[in-house]
Amino acid sequence: MVLPSPPVVPADANDDPVATVHAIATQSFVAGGTDIFRGRGRSALDLLGLPIGLAIICALLFAWVGSQELDSIEQRLLATDKLVLAFSRHLVLAFVSTVLVILIAVPIGILLTRPGARAITPPVIALANMGQAIPSIGVLVLLALVWSFGFWPSIIALVAYSALPVLRNTMVGLQQVDAFVIEAGRGMGMTKRSVLRKIELPLAVPVILAGIRTALVINVGTATLATFVNAGGLGDIINGGLVTNRQTVTIVGSVVTASLALFIDHLGGVAESRLSPKGI
Amino acid sequence: MSTTTATTPAGSTSSASKVDPMIRLQDLSKVFAGQARPAVDHLDMDIPAGEIIVLVGPSGCGKTTTMRLINRLIEPTSGRIILEGEDVTRVDPDKLRRRIGYVIQQVGLFPHQTISDNIATVPRMLGWDEKRIRARTDELLAMVGLDPATYRGRYPKHLSGGQRQRAGVARALSADPPVMLMDEPFGAIDPITRDRLQNEFLRLQETIRKTIIFVTHDIDEAIKMGDRIAILGEGSKIAQYDTPERILTAPADDFVADFIGSGASLKRLNLTRVRDIELSDWPIARVDSARDEVLALLRASDKGAVLLLDEGRRPARWVSGRELQRDDQPLTEIGLPPEALVQPNATLADALNEMLKSRYGCATVVDAAGVYQGNVDFATVSAAIQEMRRDARDRSRTEADEAHAARTAQS
Repeated sequence: MVLPSPPVVPADANDDPVATVHAIATQSFVAGGTDIFRGRGRSALDLLGLPIGLAIICALLFAWVGSQELDSIEQRLLATDKLVLAFSRHLVLAFVSTVLVILIAVPIGILLTRPGARAITPPVIALANMGQAIPSIGVLVLLALVWSFGFWPSIIALVAYSALPVLRNTMVGLQQVDAFVIEAGRGMGMTKRSVLRKIELPLAVPVILAGIRTALVINVGTATLATFVNAGGLGDIINGGLVTNRQTVTIVGSVVTASLALFIDHLGGVAESRLSPKGI
Repeated sequence: MSTTTATTPAGSTSSASKVDPMIRLQDLSKVFAGQARPAVDHLDMDIPAGEIIVLVGPSGCGKTTTMRLINRLIEPTSGRIILEGEDVTRVDPDKLRRRIGYVIQQVGLFPHQTISDNIATVPRMLGWDEKRIRARTDELLAMVGLDPATYRGRYPKHLSGGQRQRAGVARALSADPPVMLMDEPFGAIDPITRDRLQNEFLRLQETIRKTIIFVTHDIDEAIKMGDRIAILGEGSKIAQYDTPERILTAPADDFVADFIGSGASLKRLNLTRVRDIELSDWPIARVDSARDEVLALLRASDKGAVLLLDEGRRPARWVSGRELQRDDQPLTEIGLPPEALVQPNATLADALNEMLKSRYGCATVVDAAGVYQGNVDFATVSAAIQEMRRDARDRSRTEADEAHAARTAQS
């Protein structure tokens, strides 16, 4: 194992990806993401440094694999079309689950911060907490047993697991809007709806985006588990290497997953600073 | 309610009490859920057009609640609010608020919008076209003393506290509402800036003539800003509703007297403006006059220095006799630069303050363009105070006479 392995993302499925990803998630949780992305005057190095580094790592990886004598099992597992399929499937799993999380958790977060929703806030938060507390692998296997194998059970497990950061950040983002700014808007005759749309939501955007970014990274990491309910993804490669005891295959799967997660997190950071309103 | 029959402030006509008030509060009450005592208890009040009405009282007396009842940010429990003759107690509150400017202590500028977008909030809701909005925004920025070219594109975080409140006032004025509600607008600003903002706002009000409900807990600010002051007790009960002068000279009861506190006569210095008193005569000369001429002027007067004016009649130099006798330097380079400059709308308290700091015990009055108007010195202020005292004494004597006459007529 001579390859530099990025430290923060699970190196393989046996390394308890859930715990590791959760650790990253809580770091940037609510706090508003990583600080280096907050500044507007980001240098080209900040913007391109990580993607270039990841590209170099992947190039080295493939050069190293190309120099190996691969047996038939390794050749089958690392076939280009199989890699491309696993990779694209992984992306689809992560993105579809994140889009669903946004569609579900942001509106609920908005509703829960409206006056009058005080009574239903604790049970909803408790539910979201449960979703995050129960390990995804458990949810996946249970869903597979009582419902079916494949894509949609995986999506549901991912959504349940990653809804909390988006819900919480939406609520925190809206609650931290200065009450006097809202009062000024209402006092000038803005309707409640237009105060929400033109003041509260824009001002909450940075925090909500940080939550979405966290959810996306969680989903990229957790989607490796989808292989166990036959939903594909990069977990296929990692697990394939493990069950056939082919280290080269496991390393390829892990490094590609790790690079993807880091790259997605980086994109999330760029989006956060681009989409945050000016002036705050 | 006897205390609401106020005398009109000096200088304005007595028509204010005859024409319909801009705002009339009728039997207005507010009881908050879970509170036994009403925050506002059966309040009746008429607010005449074009005046600054200050609601002042101890904290918790319900003055802010009263103000917020007017634009219905707080809905009244009972009673009616009449704006420009129209009962607005039941109209759409959002539409009502677009007719009423609203300024709060915390300003509440929208941090993600530029200053001009902030100011454009209400005009956009009212559907003005962008060209008109842009012209109005620039006009307002200039009006509140923020250079439009510099500030229109800035975000609130780039502004100081004082500048933010200027922008806040501009935003409240944007759609030219007849009424403005101001809740301690200068309360969070440092004393020096606050003084300047108060003065500028009073000058602005001379041109815009809005009906302003101004809430403060500071009696000095109330006296300075108010055309009329309503001193409120618990439950927003009006203890006295009158001109600042009457409140200082004839407090209605012990509560009002206590609230004004000691030094009422010193506070009265805040009531009189420099332009209202007779300025004193100090020797003045043009800065290009002959030295002997200036010296002669000084000898002819009882003052210690001559004020030299430049070609635009702006104060240029203070020179004393000793300095004039040394003839090695031109007049423009001897003596002191002009100091203690005040404008005609400064109060006597402001002028006195400047005077105490100045070398010759004299504040120089200049107009907005810096042109010399006259001087204020201790003798001027002292004369003004004596006159005020005499007025107050005369007035209370007349009142006592009237009361006596009424009693004798009854018996």
